[in-house]
Amino acid sequence: MVQYLPTRLDTSFAALSDATRRGVLEQLGRADASITDLAEKFRMTLTGMKKHVGVLEQAGLVTTKKIGRVRRCQLGPRRLEEETAWLERYRRRWDERFDELDKVVDELTRKEKRDERKNRK
Amino acid sequence: MNARIESEPGPVKNRTTVERKSDREVVVTRTINGPARIVFEAFTKAELLKRWWVPKSMGMTLLSCEVDARVGGKYRLVFDHGGPEPAAFFGTYVEVKPYSRLAWTNEEGGEGGPVTTVTFEEKGGKTLVVLRESYPSKEALDAAGTGAAEAMVETFDQLDELLVALGESSGQ
Repeated sequence: MVQYLPTRLDTSFAALSDATRRGVLEQLGRADASITDLAEKFRMTLTGMKKHVGVLEQAGLVTTKKIGRVRRCQLGPRRLEEETAWLERYRRRWDERFDELDKVVDELTRKEKRDERKNRK
Repeated sequence: MNARIESEPGPVKNRTTVERKSDREVVVTRTINGPARIVFEAFTKAELLKRWWVPKSMGMTLLSCEVDARVGGKYRLVFDHGGPEPAAFFGTYVEVKPYSRLAWTNEEGGEGGPVTTVTFEEKGGKTLVVLRESYPSKEALDAAGTGAAEAMVETFDQLDELLVALGESSGQ
């Protein structure tokens, strides 16, 4: 009775549930940056930032590349629109289902009122 | 989560909202124009449930619908979705509080399937329905996303495309 959530999208939603990670995406939307740059910008330890970037990387939202001793981060091939589209499809499915439910409930409610009136007569 | 999508309210039609609460929970809300008692019945009586659970626009045909809405009771819905085998959705009711609360497991995907909880709250002759799909853990959710379940997602995606096509051709 349920529609399955694609795992990949769920990884993205988890990745996006954190304010710092959303900030990192915003930052990378403006320009690529190294983990050190990001750690400084968000006033965080290197280890902490590495973890955040790791989560975003797993979700496909960020890619990283080691150039010499520096790890550069940039936006991944995935975009937020995909998540929004998924939610919208999900919503539409329920919306249609509830529209039908509304019809059934409306019919039953009317019928009950009719029966009540009949009984009173 | 901030992701939240709402439909435009129509003249009679109420809004359906969907919200990601966490990495293992989705919440759908909708107000239905009728008392909680009747809405609850529409969820728990097979002859009523089968009239709305699979809207025609979904492109699926409900082959059978069995509902035993008591704690420990089972439900089973079998669909023809155009594939070689019909798809079955089944599970067990874990909470049944008449007119206010309903919860069932979703067992078609094996262990670690989500639990669906629905609450019904009546206000001024209308009923707010809040439906929550909740996985026991992040790991369970990840596991549910593999194999047969993924195939199901694809099926639904195809259906969505079909839906759009149908909607356009019928001028809705």
